[in-house]
Amino acid sequence: MSLATRIISGDRRALARALTLVEDGAATSERILAELHAYGGNAHLVGVTGAPGVGKSTLVSVLAQSLRARGDTVGVLAVDPTSPFSSGAILGDRIRMRDLAGDDGIYIRSMATRGALGGLAHATAAVVDVLDAAGFDHVIVETVGVGQAGVEIAANVHTTIVLMSPGSGDDIQAIKAGILEIADILVINKADLPGAEQARSYLHSTLMMGQSAAARGDSAQVDQADGRSLGWQVPLLTTVAISAEGVDALLETLLRHQDYLESSAELDRRQRKRMRAIVESLLRNRLYTRFVHQVSQKRFNALLQAIVSRETDPYSGAARLMEEFD
Amino acid sequence: MTTNPIRVLIAKPGLDGHDRGAKVIARALRDDGMEVVYTGLRQTPETIAEAALHEDVQVVGISILSGSHNMLIPRVIKQLQDKDLSLLPVFVGGIIPDEDLSPLLELGVAAVFGPGTSTGEIISAVREAVERAAVSASS
Repeated sequence: MSLATRIISGDRRALARALTLVEDGAATSERILAELHAYGGNAHLVGVTGAPGVGKSTLVSVLAQSLRARGDTVGVLAVDPTSPFSSGAILGDRIRMRDLAGDDGIYIRSMATRGALGGLAHATAAVVDVLDAAGFDHVIVETVGVGQAGVEIAANVHTTIVLMSPGSGDDIQAIKAGILEIADILVINKADLPGAEQARSYLHSTLMMGQSAAARGDSAQVDQADGRSLGWQVPLLTTVAISAEGVDALLETLLRHQDYLESSAELDRRQRKRMRAIVESLLRNRLYTRFVHQVSQKRFNALLQAIVSRETDPYSGAARLMEEFD
Repeated sequence: MTTNPIRVLIAKPGLDGHDRGAKVIARALRDDGMEVVYTGLRQTPETIAEAALHEDVQVVGISILSGSHNMLIPRVIKQLQDKDLSLLPVFVGGIIPDEDLSPLLELGVAAVFGPGTSTGEIISAVREAVERAAVSASS
């Protein structure tokens, strides 16, 4: 029985093995992914992002429990940064997810970014696809989203939850970094802390400004990061994840967004966009690999030297290489 | 030999609350280029084995400073066996009296590291264990 077949039949060991092969970029991983592709496309993909320390893992844990309470199965992918110095990583998100252990309707996997910039690893999309094919109703990807890293996760999932906490200056940072534009659901966690109400009302008025601009047809506001549809009003929720306060409302909102995606053209648009990004990335890598095999290292280095010594420029150099490329 | 990072699970079973040692080891392994799935405190033998399975780690490190190793370690080993993970190297770190060492090794623990063990020693032991497992897997 192939690994893919075993995964479809619920074999968690096969799933764990396959995820490692995919992460490691093993030669066999593409065949596994190809075989699994037909079984995917059913899971609701959710991204949870926010600055370090806002309570993402805790929130993911209570959210997963709420989903389980309705009988849904959940796959959780927790992504943590690889150290740029040692290439190692501490993957500590399971600490906050202790309550999820021992339930075979939940699967948690930790993953390091392994040198990828931003909050996701290169293999994250593929790992998500495997979890989708394995049959989980929801796949939650949790990652640190600071600045542009948040945009990356939004492109990889169907529903993006952006988490903030009061008083840390997140609200200003969020607006600067454009985080608000990628959120389908905005959540202020640790809402019991001082500053929560100010943060909430500040963010609320910012959201209202964005939405009324859109309603006015102000093209600068409407033309957001991925031209998202105006049919969904981004809600602002407050939670205290550690006591599960506000999580029922979050669950209800999440499911409402899922319904919205399915009943509008949005889901299709996001699936398409996601698949496009995956295919383009594959093509880019293969084309470059083929190129590298055609141009000798010596030739490339000679050209590089000519560019560094200003005999030629990078643009002419690249054009010359492209002319020779078959 | 693989160039992908070695994945290690570090867990503390039972009610033992002393996690400084485990964190020091976790950081040392990270600084040596490994990916450490750190599950923290209050794990049970069942949750440790489940994490080892789901995370597909190559080594399991158990930290115990509470004295309950004779009860907990055999249960961890049994849980790993039940999940068909008996080939996974298990290291134990913590306060283990001399007379308890051989029984643990006989149970299948790969090595026991007392408080004086250097992180360098632990790193080497982990790498060797992974290398051995890779060799026997391919034979």
